[in-house]
Amino acid sequence: MILRVLLGILLTLVIVAALGLPIVQQPQHWYEFPSIPGLEEKARIIFFHVPTAWLSVVAFLTSMVFGIRYLRRKDPEDDLTSASAAGLGLLFCVLATVTGAVWAKFNWGSFWNWDPRETSIFVLLLIYGAYFSLRSAVEVEEKRATLSSVYSILAAVTVPFFIFIMPRIMTGLHPGAAGDPDGAGPVIEFKMSPNMRVVFFSSLISFTLLFIWLLSLRVRTARLEYHLQSKG
Amino acid sequence: MSARESVAARWIRAALAVFLKDWRSELRTRYAMSALVMFVVTTISIILFSLGGEGASPEVLAGMLWVVIFFAAMSGLSRTFVMEEERGTGMTLQLMTPSGAVFAGKLLFNLALGAGLTLLTVVLYALFINGFVVRTLSIFLVTIALGSIGLAAASTIIAAIIARANTKGTLYPVLSFPILLPLLMTVINATRLAADGAPFSEAAGEFQVLISYIVVVITVSTMLFDYIWKD
Amino acid sequence: MALQLSTHKLGKSFNRRIVFRDVDAHVGEGETLMIAGRNGAGKSTLVKILCGVLSPSQGRVVVEGTGKLNEFDRKGLFGLVAPYLQVYDEFSAMENLMLAASLRGERGDRSVYAGLLTRVVLEPNRADPVHGFSSGMKQRLKYALALAHHPRILILDEPMANLDADGMAIVRTIMREQRSRGILVVATNDPADIDAHEQKVNLNERS
Repeated sequence: MILRVLLGILLTLVIVAALGLPIVQQPQHWYEFPSIPGLEEKARIIFFHVPTAWLSVVAFLTSMVFGIRYLRRKDPEDDLTSASAAGLGLLFCVLATVTGAVWAKFNWGSFWNWDPRETSIFVLLLIYGAYFSLRSAVEVEEKRATLSSVYSILAAVTVPFFIFIMPRIMTGLHPGAAGDPDGAGPVIEFKMSPNMRVVFFSSLISFTLLFIWLLSLRVRTARLEYHLQSKG
Repeated sequence: MSARESVAARWIRAALAVFLKDWRSELRTRYAMSALVMFVVTTISIILFSLGGEGASPEVLAGMLWVVIFFAAMSGLSRTFVMEEERGTGMTLQLMTPSGAVFAGKLLFNLALGAGLTLLTVVLYALFINGFVVRTLSIFLVTIALGSIGLAAASTIIAAIIARANTKGTLYPVLSFPILLPLLMTVINATRLAADGAPFSEAAGEFQVLISYIVVVITVSTMLFDYIWKD
Repeated sequence: MALQLSTHKLGKSFNRRIVFRDVDAHVGEGETLMIAGRNGAGKSTLVKILCGVLSPSQGRVVVEGTGKLNEFDRKGLFGLVAPYLQVYDEFSAMENLMLAASLRGERGDRSVYAGLLTRVVLEPNRADPVHGFSSGMKQRLKYALALAHHPRILILDEPMANLDADGMAIVRTIMREQRSRGILVVATNDPADIDAHEQKVNLNERS
């Protein structure tokens, strides 16, 4: 109970800081963010867009790990967790794609450009879509769990190839991508001011905690549904 | 009782038996082959009509070649598993043959079918699509060889997955596309290099990616197949 | 040690519906196990689990008296005749037998199989594609396929299905022979199907 409240407070602080703290040319106080040429107010999106993209990957890995556990132990609860994590991952992936497209429109003029990172998040969206299509196409529960675990493992091993392929094929618009001229955007590790980094990492951490909490809620709900259906 | 041979020899015989069974069955019924040929011919005809005599840039043509190959694969490479499931002979195989040998045999079959459809598509494409020129033949040949192997490898394991599901037809491309995308991007890029006349060494990176993709997919498929195949 | 097939607390459920639970059965060399139950009680499910083509939800199947076996020989212990066991009907009877041998990793012997087909009265049709067979002929072919590798455990699910009086007589002979050299398991609704049984599993009382 107390943890939930703390998480709520933390998230509120993060959101307020991300949206409310002023962005000025020459920060004088600890609560002022530097204004980055070319981004100014738009920089705020980094506090939300990056965590959602990060979570969509974390959720996928979580889903895969529990899928592997299911293959080993055949415990239905592992499959419930796997599916719940994937559901959250899909949600965050959609959010990441949308926030990314919004940023792209304001920054680079069009909603979609097939920049490597945009393409990657799109591929992740396709994988989630495929995962749920597969699940809805299998009626026997044990088989459904087995097949979705297998597919998520297969998807996970082919995804790393994109890391090698993308740079060869396209240069990116994203901050930090190959071919990014200096000043086009804040590369997270090096160009954010210390106070921005505090808010950023707090956002990352609190969204991750949010994910863990949402996941546990979903698993508990799924477990209850499962037992209700067994008795009926 | 027959003389006891080594397990390895028996395994190879069993895997070849699976391959030959599918092959002979295909020769007798011709389901997959005719579907594939019709698909490739139809698709290339549609492309010709829509181009309307105009050409397209070599980059676009390179991409379209693999689009045709991908969808041709989607129309034919699932048959080897779906057919067993539909006829109920999957259990017969399970009763008699170790699952690894089943997978190896069917992979071999799809490699052969995949090579056939790739070759057919490339030949028809080269003959009929204006503007498709390949300046560096060596790159192109290696690309279609590695590409068809990788395509068959990924398509086979996904075919095994969807054979156990409903709505197999539409599910197959949906599941295959994300898995095959790294392969497709790489072969399209390599085909473009071949069309542009780039030196062979420039495509070395692409070939490395393709070879590792093939190794990874086949290794992981072999480990995962048991879970898919056994009930 | 003599051959023994047993199950320990075997259970199976699908989609959380229990098919059967706590099945403890055993049958030894020279004996017959009868699996009885209404339609839908799970006889075929139990048969599939015994053969190893379906995994149980709980418990296990144990075969003793064989020593350590590789996967081919373990599969070769079993022969199965069942309505749901399909043959490759684009091939002929002889081709199916040769195929089954290769799938088991062995070299088939056409002359031996010709004798086997004669036994099940299919020798004249040995080169005909199976899709032209009557249901009785297909059933007899299934017996040939099940016996070709001399299984020590022969499992028959609905042994007399689709057979006329002559076919049934052949099957009774096969069952008698199997009792003398291995284990026979018969799943059936009709107790008249088998002459004698030493062990019995009744699935009607188990779910």
